[in-house]
Amino acid sequence: MALISYRKALNDALAEEILRDENVVVMGEEVAEYNGAYKVTEGLWGRFGSKRIVDLPISEGGFVGMAVGASMLGVRPVVELMFWSFAYVAFDQIINNAGCVRYMSGGQINCPIVIRGPANGGTNVGATHSHTPENLFAAMPGLKVVAPATAYDAKGLLKTAIRDNDPVMFMENTLLYGEKWEVPEDEYLIPMGVADVKRVGSDITLVAHGRAVITCLEAAQILEAENGIHAEVVDLRSIRPLDEETILASVRKTHRAVLVEENKPFCGVDAQLAAMIQEKAFDELDAPIGRISALDAPAIYSPPLEKIQLPTARRVVQKVLATC
Amino acid sequence: MPISIEMPKLSDTMTEGTLVKWRKKLGDKIEMGDVIAEIETDKATMEMEAFDDGTLAEIFVKEGEKVAVGQQIALLAVAGEKPGEAKPAAPSPAVAASTHYQEVAGAPIPGAPGAAPKPATAPAAAAAPEPAPVVTPQGRVKASPLARKLAAQKGIDLTRVVGTGPGGRIIERDLANAPVGAPAPASPARPATSAAPAAPVAVSSAVLAVPPIPAGPGDRVVPLSGMRRVIAERLVASKSTIPHFYLQIEADAEPLLKLRVGLNAGAEASGRGKITVNDLILKAAVAALVRVPKVNAAWAGDAIIEYDKINLSVAVAVEEGLVTPVIRDVAGQSISEISAAVKDLATRARGKRLKPEEYQGGTFTVSNLGSYGIESFFAIVNPPQAAILSVGAAVKKPVVNAAGQIVPGQRMSIGLSCDHRVVDGALGSQYLGELKNLIENPALMLL
Repeated sequence: MALISYRKALNDALAEEILRDENVVVMGEEVAEYNGAYKVTEGLWGRFGSKRIVDLPISEGGFVGMAVGASMLGVRPVVELMFWSFAYVAFDQIINNAGCVRYMSGGQINCPIVIRGPANGGTNVGATHSHTPENLFAAMPGLKVVAPATAYDAKGLLKTAIRDNDPVMFMENTLLYGEKWEVPEDEYLIPMGVADVKRVGSDITLVAHGRAVITCLEAAQILEAENGIHAEVVDLRSIRPLDEETILASVRKTHRAVLVEENKPFCGVDAQLAAMIQEKAFDELDAPIGRISALDAPAIYSPPLEKIQLPTARRVVQKVLATC
Repeated sequence: MPISIEMPKLSDTMTEGTLVKWRKKLGDKIEMGDVIAEIETDKATMEMEAFDDGTLAEIFVKEGEKVAVGQQIALLAVAGEKPGEAKPAAPSPAVAASTHYQEVAGAPIPGAPGAAPKPATAPAAAAAPEPAPVVTPQGRVKASPLARKLAAQKGIDLTRVVGTGPGGRIIERDLANAPVGAPAPASPARPATSAAPAAPVAVSSAVLAVPPIPAGPGDRVVPLSGMRRVIAERLVASKSTIPHFYLQIEADAEPLLKLRVGLNAGAEASGRGKITVNDLILKAAVAALVRVPKVNAAWAGDAIIEYDKINLSVAVAVEEGLVTPVIRDVAGQSISEISAAVKDLATRARGKRLKPEEYQGGTFTVSNLGSYGIESFFAIVNPPQAAILSVGAAVKKPVVNAAGQIVPGQRMSIGLSCDHRVVDGALGSQYLGELKNLIENPALMLL
């Protein structure tokens, strides 16, 4: 299998879907002639031209609205946000229009749009460019939310998201774009709503999504080497739909869970998971559910402090040791 | 009632002893502290002292004979009894072995006479660890949901399980060796003071720093009893997480011994139980706690709890190990009330008839190895308490008096082991100073 970057995996997924379905259109700021702010769309404009790869002005409210409207008429837009932090100027278009139209039309109108881009902190771009809004969108019935951790998952999930008939919020991570993983040459799809056990263990379940999965895998290695604790790492991959069964099966096996996310703690994705686990597996728990999140403050600009705001493997290890 | 004298356990590995020589003859008057015999243990020949006054009425073991620890070897007739009429208290030495002699110490000899000698379970210069689960002040056992489910399935009484999870929570692993039994009553009354402040680190006694030499042919591998496991876990936790330090003071025991003679004169005739030295020491320990209440406290992680009531744990050796039954709210109790409570608790402890709440909730422990001839020692703090008193034997020795003369004296050495997080050197010293003063001027206990 070829070792390819997360960025290239996304690029391949876009290209494959553009070739497969003539309705697939990639649009966003600088996605075409500039090859994308983070080069995810590199080469696509050259290959597929301005009809399929469309540069748009700096007006998320306007172009997300346009794409939502186009999707209702059969186009399958893949809208790139330079940062997910900019989605807030398009909240009405995403939540009220994209999220509610299938329900409010009694199922007559679908909205097969994918909105994608980086949603992460830790890159010293300041509080207004470092939001991790997966919890906000996951809170809205009608929207699907995906946060892949690896190149393999990113490719398989993006292809599925593009083929899905509902609006999918696809959250990437600039810190992962350059990371490489093995990705098969042959076409494959990864369904939404299926979590992946990234590491098998028996002593504690670490649940994460996005880059926090990588942090957990690192923590699991430390725990095994230094403490003899075998951690199982469950990667949600998609937050909504949520694969409750894989999480619960792991908790039933290990009887403990530490939930890790780069989101802020208050009303974070893991707050929802903690409630779900205690409700559905209370009698399986041998310890309180632990949580490691970003420190509860706007993204810190000071580089030394920014380093400690997001979960680190050491913080996860400490939490696990306090839980076991 | 004559007093039974039994083969003492003079070393931690001693299971039987040889009576090398009787130093007293039948009919001899005996005072407490007199050497009555020489006993050869597995390690050495030691002198055996009397712990009561009386007359040597019966000798059951001849010189050179070897008998098991705890077996009756002689009988002491007390005042008013004619030596010739003194009869064993009961036909079986096992029963006779049960009372007075042992209770003088408050730390009776393990093992009934005639019982097969057991490899030593040391009566331990240790705080008797309570097989006590962590119970919240609201009377709720701290157990994980999984532990609760499994306990219900297996019929395990969680009030009898000690938790090793964070904060002392009972978790799945703690149930592996838990005794199966009827579940506790739905809402057992629990003392508020049994709240155990969380041990900062759960330390497993199963972790071996240095593994033992593997058992070979002829070696015995003795499976751990529940009590032995609890003792191991609690003491490892205590020694590894509580910063211990130790203070020692020597007191003139003569006034206390005299007081005892006075108190016991006529006790028999009036139907009162006899007061032991240990009873008086317990009373003095409590009176000193009343005067220095900061010692009656516990470390609570982010605070120190200074307890209003004094619940006194008394170390009692039993066959399998030791327990620390608790005399509750002891501050206002008279010497005879304390004496009766200790007798009752010790007897029932040996009969394994203590209820869990009777060995939970202590706030201070007294351990007394004086009856074993131990002159001084330092017990391990009995968590979650902050200090433990280690009482040695009253020993005759030369003393330099105020006039600079060397005179004979009855001296008693008392150790205090402290949790330095709660009790500092000055505070512990203040406590021992008060205690010494009370022992030397026991009339102060009347105040």
